[in-house]
Amino acid sequence: MTGTAYLLAVLAIGFAITFALRAVPFAVLKPLRESRLVADLALWMPVGILAILTVSTLRSSLEADAARLLPAALAVAVTVVVHLIGGRRTLLSVGAGTVTFVVLVNLL
Amino acid sequence: MTELRDRPQHMADGDLPPGATPRSEIGAGIRASFAAGLGMVPIGIAFGVLVMQTGLPWWTAPGLSIAVFAGSVELLLVGLMAAATPLATIALTILLVNFRHVFYAFSFPLRAVRHPLARFYSVYALIDEAYAVTAASPGAWSRWRLIALQASFQSYWVGGGLVGVALASVLPGTIEGLEFALCALFITLTLDACRSRKQVPSLVLAGLSLGLSLVLVPDDALFAAMLGFVGLLIGRHLLARRSR
Repeated sequence: MTGTAYLLAVLAIGFAITFALRAVPFAVLKPLRESRLVADLALWMPVGILAILTVSTLRSSLEADAARLLPAALAVAVTVVVHLIGGRRTLLSVGAGTVTFVVLVNLL
Repeated sequence: MTELRDRPQHMADGDLPPGATPRSEIGAGIRASFAAGLGMVPIGIAFGVLVMQTGLPWWTAPGLSIAVFAGSVELLLVGLMAAATPLATIALTILLVNFRHVFYAFSFPLRAVRHPLARFYSVYALIDEAYAVTAASPGAWSRWRLIALQASFQSYWVGGGLVGVALASVLPGTIEGLEFALCALFITLTLDACRSRKQVPSLVLAGLSLGLSLVLVPDDALFAAMLGFVGLLIGRHLLARRSR
């Protein structure tokens, strides 16, 4: 069905497109560096992009099984509370949230 | 890309912070990778298992993780390759799913890295997690710390995939729900990036864009939400400039 040449072609296409998407913006950054727009985007973008990635990873976790809504809601709450109360220690917050989710998903 | 070296140095970008050594900076980079690694390893294992279960040769897993190195599209590609999808469709899918990387250059601390080969690696390995971790604490990145972070991420991802390949032939079945670690990581990074009220408008615009995308184009919500969010920020910039 899928020969080695086809698989290698996919790898080559995947490398070329992904690397170009990562590299080209750096090549045109210099003329953009003085731009007010770029300065604003660099300041405003991270929090929004991170929030979008948060929701989309949560969504793909929920798509696997709709019964995971309650475990996911509790695990999100645990992650947020531990992070804010526990002194923003990422590994601790991520660990607590993940353990909560894994335990609930496997028990419920 | 080397012309970036010539820009005025406001600070010693990428050099050692006071009291640090290359060794301590590499250690700091590896430590900074742990939280995200907790999410990448189980997903990498699942990816390796998936490759074997769809009947692709085992080397497709490390092959994708080295050639493409972008988790979400690699998982998509496994299914597309197994179905012998035309290469043009595959190219378009990769372009759309990975388009968000275009925005990462704006705040990724590539300026910290000087050596051409190291710069090549740093650009090549600019995955979501590398962007997210650096965006959450800008200014903390020496060249040693940054490259150590990215190389750690890739070893977790490639290693996880290989473990999955091995696991698929021994015992089928993984721990349910481990992939939540990736979501938990993005939650903490969002909280870290949102320490002042000035960030609230961006958060609202991101929510607006994501909400509309989920309703209008649920299949391409990630791509549409990021594009829409950038569009809204450009609008915000134009409004702010008028009142400046």
